[in-house]
Formats: sequence, C-alpha cells, structure tokens
Amino acid sequence: MNVGTATLCLAALAVCCVACRRDMGHQAYHRPLDKSSFFPDGMSARRLPAHTVARGQLQEDELFYTGHIDGKAVDLFPMPVTREMIERGQQRFDIYCAVCHGRTGQGNGMVVRRGFPAPPSYDLDRLRAAPAGHFVEVITNGYGLMYSYASRVEPADRWAIAAYIRVLQISRTAALKDAPPDERAKLQQEVAP
Amino acid sequence: MPQLFQRYTNTLAPASIVAVFIALSAAVWGMHAIIFSPYATEVGQPVSQVVPFSHQHHVSGLGIDCRYCHTGVETSAFAGLPATETCMTCHSQIWRDAPMLEPVRQSWATGQPLHWNRVHNLPDYVYFDHSIHIQKGVGCISCHGHVDRMPLMAKSETLYMRWCLDCHKAPEVHLRPANEVFVMKETVPDEKRGAALLRAEEIDKTHLQDCSVCHR
Ligand code: HEC
Ligand code: HEC
Ligand code: HEC
Ligand code: HEC
Ligand code: HEC
Ligand code: HEC
Repeated sequence: MNVGTATLCLAALAVCCVACRRDMGHQAYHRPLDKSSFFPDGMSARRLPAHTVARGQLQEDELFYTGHIDGKAVDLFPMPVTREMIERGQQRFDIYCAVCHGRTGQGNGMVVRRGFPAPPSYDLDRLRAAPAGHFVEVITNGYGLMYSYASRVEPADRWAIAAYIRVLQISRTAALKDAPPDERAKLQQEVAP
Repeated sequence: MPQLFQRYTNTLAPASIVAVFIALSAAVWGMHAIIFSPYATEVGQPVSQVVPFSHQHHVSGLGIDCRYCHTGVETSAFAGLPATETCMTCHSQIWRDAPMLEPVRQSWATGQPLHWNRVHNLPDYVYFDHSIHIQKGVGCISCHGHVDRMPLMAKSETLYMRWCLDCHKAPEVHLRPANEVFVMKETVPDEKRGAALLRAEEIDKTHLQDCSVCHR
C-alpha cells in the first residue's frame, strides 16, 4: 500500500468519525424518566427520603390540604367560590373524573360501561348532605375502589372540583325559574324538539 | 508511437463532465431521500413496548383526555408519562387478569417503574418546552398527528430543525382556541382566525427563529 492510499483511507475514516459522533446529542445529564446505572434501582429520579419534606411542600394549612378542621370534614371553602373557579372545576372534572362518574355525575362514565364497578351517583341524599371537605378528602386519599388523585390534581383544583360537584348536585333538582331570565329562553329552546 | 487518446475520447470528455454532474445530483438526491426516508426519520414506524398500550383504544375508544395520563403537559417542559398507579386506577378492576397487563401488575407490586421506550427524542442540545406551545394554542395533533388512530405510538413528524422552523415562521396557521388544543381534529387553516389568535396570545414572530430560542 503506498502512502497516498493510506492517507486517503485515514481521511475517509476521520470523516466517518466526525459524522457519526453525537456527543452533543447525548450529553452526560439525565432527562426526566431516563434510566441510570448509578443507582441500584436503575432510576435517575430519586424518591423523597422518609421523614423529609420538599421545599414548598409543607402542608400546614389543614383545611386547604385535607378539607378537615380538627380532623372533621367541613362544608367550608378556604377561598371565595367564583365563576372562574367553578369553570376550572368543570374542566378538571371532565379530565379526571368523568371517565367513571360520567359528565353529569350519575356514575355512568365510559369505563363503567366497560365493566368498572359503578360509583354512586352524586345525587344520593348522603352525598348531597356531605360537606365539601369530604369531596376534597376523597380526591386526596381515594375512597374504597377509587384510587387517590393527589398526584394529578393540585390542592386548589380539588376545591374547584368540589365546587363543581355541588353544581352538578344542584342542577339535578333546579327548576326553570331558578335560571336567570335571559338564560331561560335559551334553555327552553334547547329542550324543544 | 500509437495514439494515446483515441478518437472516441473526444466525445468521452464532455460526456464525463455530464456524467459527473449527474452522479453528484444523484448523490445529493439520494442523501436527501435517505435523510427524509421513514427509515431515517422513523416517521410512522411503531415502537414496540413491554405492554402494547393502545392510544386508539384509550383515546378514541374510551374518550380519555390526554391530561389524565400526560399530566405535566400544560405546566412543564416535559409532558410526562403515566405512572403505574395511573394505569391501576382502572386496571385494578378491569382486565385485571389479562396476561398483556402482567408487567403493569408486577411494577405495581414491586414499586419498580415501567420502562417505556422513547418514541420522540430530540438531541440534548435542543431545548423544547410543551407548556408554552399548549398555552399559546398549538394542538397536540399539530405535532403528534392522529394519536387517536395509533394502536402503537409512532412519530408522525421528523422533528428536524426545519420542521420546527416551518411552524415558527408562520405559527398562525396552526393555532387554535384553548378549548380545542387536546381535541384530535386537524386544524383547518383559517387566516382570519389565525391572525386574531396570534394577536390575542401576543405572539411575537420576529424572534421565534433566533438560534437561542431552541439552542440555549
Ligand atoms: C376509575 C374510576 C373512577 C374515577 C376516575 C374517579 N372515581 Fe370517584 N369513585 C369511583 C368508585 C368506584 C367509587 C365508589 C367507591 C366505593 O364505594 O368503594 C367512587 C366514589 C366517589 C365518591 C363518593 C364517596 C362516598 O362517600 O361515597 C366521590 C365524592 C368521588 N368518587 C369523587 C371523585 C372525583 C372528584 C374524581 C375525580 C378527581 C373521581 N371520583 C374519579 C370511581 C372513580
Ligand atoms: C390512558 C393513558 C394515556 C392517555 C389517555 C394518553 N396517553 Fe399518550 N402515552 C401513554 C403511555 C403509557 C405512553 C408510553 C407508551 C407509548 O409510547 O405508547 C404514551 C406515549 C405518548 C407519546 C409518545 C411519547 C414518546 O415516547 O415520545 C405521545 C406523543 C403521546 N402519548 C401523546 C398523547 C396524546 C396527544 C394524548 C391525547 C389525545 C394521549 N397521549 C393520551 C398513555 C396515555
Ligand atoms: C380510565 C381507565 C383506564 C386507564 C387509566 C387505563 N386503561 Fe387500559 N383499558 C381500559 C379499558 C376500559 C380497557 C378495555 C377496553 C374494552 O374492553 O373495550 C383497557 C384495555 C387495555 C389493554 C388491552 C386492550 C387493548 O387492546 O388495548 C391494555 C394492554 C391496556 N388497557 C393497558 C393500559 C396501560 C398500560 C395503562 C396505563 C398507562 C392503561 N391501560 C390505563 C381503561 C383504562
Ligand atoms: C410544538 C409541537 C408539540 C406539541 C404541540 C405537543 N408536543 Fe409532545 N412532543 C413534542 C416534541 C418535540 C417531543 C420530544 C421532546 C424531547 O425529546 O425532549 C414531544 C414529546 C412528547 C411526549 C414524551 C415525553 C416528553 O415530554 O418528552 C409526550 C407524552 C407528549 N409529547 C405528549 C404531548 C401531548 C399530550 C400534547 C398535547 C397536549 C403534546 N405532546 C403537544 C412536540 C410537541
Ligand atoms: C405547530 C407549530 C410549532 C411547531 C411545530 C414548533 N413550535 Fe415552538 N412555538 C410555537 C409557538 C406558537 C410558540 C409561542 C411563541 C410565543 O409565545 O411568542 C413557540 C415557542 C417555542 C419556544 C419558546 C420561545 C420563547 O420565547 O421562550 C421554544 C423553546 C420552542 N417553541 C421550541 C420548539 C422546538 C425545539 C420545536 C421543534 C422540535 C418547535 N418549537 C416546534 C409553535 C411551534
Ligand atoms: C425552533 C427551534 C430551532 C431554532 C430556532 C434553531 N434550531 Fe437548530 N436545531 C433544532 C432541532 C430540533 C435540531 C435537531 C435536529 C435533528 O434531530 O436532527 C437542531 C439541530 C441543529 C444543528 C445540528 C445539526 C446536526 O445535524 O447535527 C445545528 C448546527 C443547528 N441546529 C444550528 C442552528 C442555528 C445556527 C440556528 C439559528 C440560525 C438554529 N439552529 C435555530 C431546532 C432549532
């Protein structure tokens, strides 16, 4: 082999190396959910060690975080109930709850129609009488077959959903005369065939 | 001494120039074809997973909202993949004996998270953030395609820089009102609506193509 061919081969190899190395594409840090060979459990994300509280996660306000005062569920909202809050509650309810409880809270959501045990209707007298704090508690800790939604529904949103459940309950027995006059005509039109 | 160049070389010379030109164009075209081929881009190629999770089934069949599972998408850069607990909210009761779901139950029992193979993966030198796109009204379908028709997840876009820039040049055709962001319906290009949304969301197009937006 003469010097010319050797140089040519080396040059070709160099081009290959430059073209194939993706160091900048795979940098030495972890993106969310990446595997890790450093920790024995193979996860790059770390769990909170026992008996520690993350910054900003200290849940001192009992009413806000649990719906309880002195260990008892109460019918008291820790914030003013506004139209925006209820609309937010409706949106969150439709995302996280309607699959089982149904959009109207009757307990006939899509997953129930596929065989999930039916939850009770919010229309039951027991749940009508239940304090708002009870709904917040159910979302936070789960209830019977229902899992906790605490990891997916923010504390403030839990209250928004509780407010919306009240709306669903009230709407079951509301009469036409309860609607504001300008809404009545619209409602009547929707009912008319 | 015989003639070094035969007569035919007179035609060979110009022909070779044309041939080199054709060969070069073919090489460029070939490279382009390879770079944009499904083989290189992985567009439309389903990625296999330990559990054959079907978006078609869960999204269009059951009508579950994206956010039920991809909780972080509105507020953080990372959309998030569902924890085992999320699957178990339903599969603790339905299909609880299905062999297909054995890895899910095992993960739930041992606390070892499920490992999902990544379908979309940008190089680490690119900064991408879901929350800004969702907040400003870019629908999931604009970037991920018809997820509701995918029995197994596949990329529907190349994720090449050119693709990002094509939209950053003229985002208005892809914008939709906030309540339609999660809806699996194609955006109908509507100039008037796009311009109005661009104004309402206060999107400033002039800097969207700066290198530092995506390479920080
Ligand atoms: C996977 C299906 C499912 C989802 C999703 C779900 N639930 Fe439930 N829920 C149930 C079932 C089943 C019960 C009945 C549990 C039992 O009695 O064992 C229930 C019960 C309840 C009750 C009644 C508790 C009582 O005192 O009887 C409330 C209130 C409730 N859920 C609220 C919610 C809210 C709010 C959400 C959304 C954040 C939600 N649920 C999401 C299945 C679900
Ligand atoms: C029932 C839970 C669930 C719902 C609802 C859901 N997803 Fe997913 N999604 C998953 C799981 C699990 C994965 C990981 C497995 C895979 O890639 O198929 C995933 C993966 C993805 C990925 C690919 C992630 C990657 O690796 O790059 C995209 C994109 C995606 N989902 C978009 C959506 C969109 C858009 C919606 C709403 C229309 C949606 N998902 C609804 C559970 C869900
Ligand atoms: C909101 C309820 C719900 C959640 C959450 C959910 N599933 Fe399902 N899944 C169902 C239902 C209902 C069926 C059965 C559908 C039917 O019978 O038509 C099903 C079916 C399946 C099947 C088998 C059927 C098929 O062809 O797809 C697999 C596999 C599966 N789910 C995986 C998962 C995984 C993995 C997760 C977590 C990322 C998950 N599911 C989360 C409700 C859910
Ligand atoms: C502007 C385009 C765009 C939009 C809109 C978009 N995505 Fe993505 N998505 C991407 C890109 C790019 C990635 C790859 C990110 C990476 O590799 O870091 C991705 C990754 C993902 C992943 C994998 C996990 C992650 O965050 O890397 C999921 C899940 C996902 N998207 C879900 C969704 C859902 C649900 C929506 C709608 C609410 C959505 N995306 C809207 C571009 C988009
Ligand atoms: C379908 C349209 C679309 C696509 C595709 C798209 N973007 Fe965007 N992007 C937008 C819009 C709209 C904004 C909001 C601009 C604003 O608020 O001024 C944005 C904003 C951003 C921002 C934040 C800019 C800032 O000022 O902080 C980043 C970073 C970004 N995009 C990265 C990407 C990357 C990386 C890709 C490709 C993987 C991508 N985008 C693909 C539409 C898109
Ligand atoms: C909207 C987001 C966005 C902007 C703005 C942007 N880029 Fe990129 N860039 C990307 C993405 C995404 C990739 C990764 C493409 C891939 O995976 O091949 C990339 C890749 C690159 C690469 C590596 C190409 C390769 O194949 O290895 C270079 C170099 C680069 N960009 C330079 C620039 C420069 C210079 C600018 C400014 C003029 C710029 N980029 C602006 C999104 C962007």
